[in-house]
Amino acid sequence: MTYIERHAGDIGVLTLQHLALVGAGLALALVVASALAYAILRAPRADTAIFAGAGIVYTIPSLALLAIAVKYLGLGFWPVVLILAAYAQFILVRSIVTALRAVSEAQIDAARGLGMTASQAFWRVRLPLATPVLIGGVRLATVALIAIATLGGYVGAGGLGNEIFFGLQRQFMAQTLAGSIPAAALAVIADGVLRLIEGAARRRISA
Amino acid sequence: MLGPSGCGKSTLLRTVNRLAVPVSGSVYVGERDVAAQDPVQLRRGIGYVIQAVGLFGHMTVAQNIAVVPSLLGWDRDRTAARVDELLGLVDLEPQRYRHRYPRELSGGEQQRVGVARAIAAEPPVLLMDEPFGAVDAIVRRSLQDEIRRIASALHTTILFVTHDVDEALRLADRIVVMREGRIEQHGTPEQILREPATPYVAQLFAIDPELRRYDALRGAL
Repeated sequence: MTYIERHAGDIGVLTLQHLALVGAGLALALVVASALAYAILRAPRADTAIFAGAGIVYTIPSLALLAIAVKYLGLGFWPVVLILAAYAQFILVRSIVTALRAVSEAQIDAARGLGMTASQAFWRVRLPLATPVLIGGVRLATVALIAIATLGGYVGAGGLGNEIFFGLQRQFMAQTLAGSIPAAALAVIADGVLRLIEGAARRRISA
Repeated sequence: MLGPSGCGKSTLLRTVNRLAVPVSGSVYVGERDVAAQDPVQLRRGIGYVIQAVGLFGHMTVAQNIAVVPSLLGWDRDRTAARVDELLGLVDLEPQRYRHRYPRELSGGEQQRVGVARAIAAEPPVLLMDEPFGAVDAIVRRSLQDEIRRIASALHTTILFVTHDVDEALRLADRIVVMREGRIEQHGTPEQILREPATPYVAQLFAIDPELRRYDALRGAL
């Protein structure tokens, strides 16, 4: 406990770094996953290939993938962001596609019948009605990325992984815990907050 | 348009606003071929009500009713005034209902909002696809009365799909009887009742001398 007390300021900084890694990874992941989901919705036959691809990436050990990313991007922030985005695809693409497909076609039919263009029907009806399931996917991805981002400690990206990595190296348990306990707490808090938002969104749209 | 489920009456209705495209033949609304018009513009000028699921769950009653006005680019004041006017027309108190969500309404209230939404921009033609299928008999009855009143007040032509013979007889000026993708007969209710064109039509309306006598007897009691 004394270690944590003495380094409370450092741990605060590392926590912020951790959040920056996860935030950037998630943002990149959402852009890529939206594009892949769009491809699947436009060409449904592409789904097997895209889901399989995301699944294969997901099965590669994260440390191995990080090593490959570092080979091309060097040490630091970006290789970690890249692998976070890659891992999230497995969860995000599937949940975006599922969420959008789950909106009742009768609602879309009503939207088109009232004179919305295809894109108006998407932005004004399909997407808002899909939000609870979308937020659920983001929640799962966020929790997973908070854990994976601890790998940042190995490649100089900072974050709570720093404490875990150095603690393990020096066989200094208190330092390892000073990284892993806040990381676990972040995951629990993120899960809780997103669960609340998800629940609110679900209550709002349920007809 | 009256017929059993799967007879093609909904599909025929959907050819009018081009949600379905006929393989052959043409559909005219007000002397204009719908195939020659932009489908989005066409639909904004035609009201559309479908069974139960029609309202958007993420929008309030007012936002649902304002869908077509907002697509047409009406300003805020004009839209708000129209929403209140329409809520009054379908017998829902604006102050109480404006900001509610569809899930907070009964089936009958939802259907009233659906009607209000469909007539928001005063379309000359209104398409209704089994609009009252999901509400109980008493509520259906009052919605039917309301539709009659609205139709005559607004001079709206309504194409109404139903599988309910009584509903057709209550509402229609002209009935089109369909079966297996074909029109069996069309005409006024009186014409159809007096001279059913096919045995199927006779059967559908229970135009059977025995049954008629029974009905007459019941009426006399």
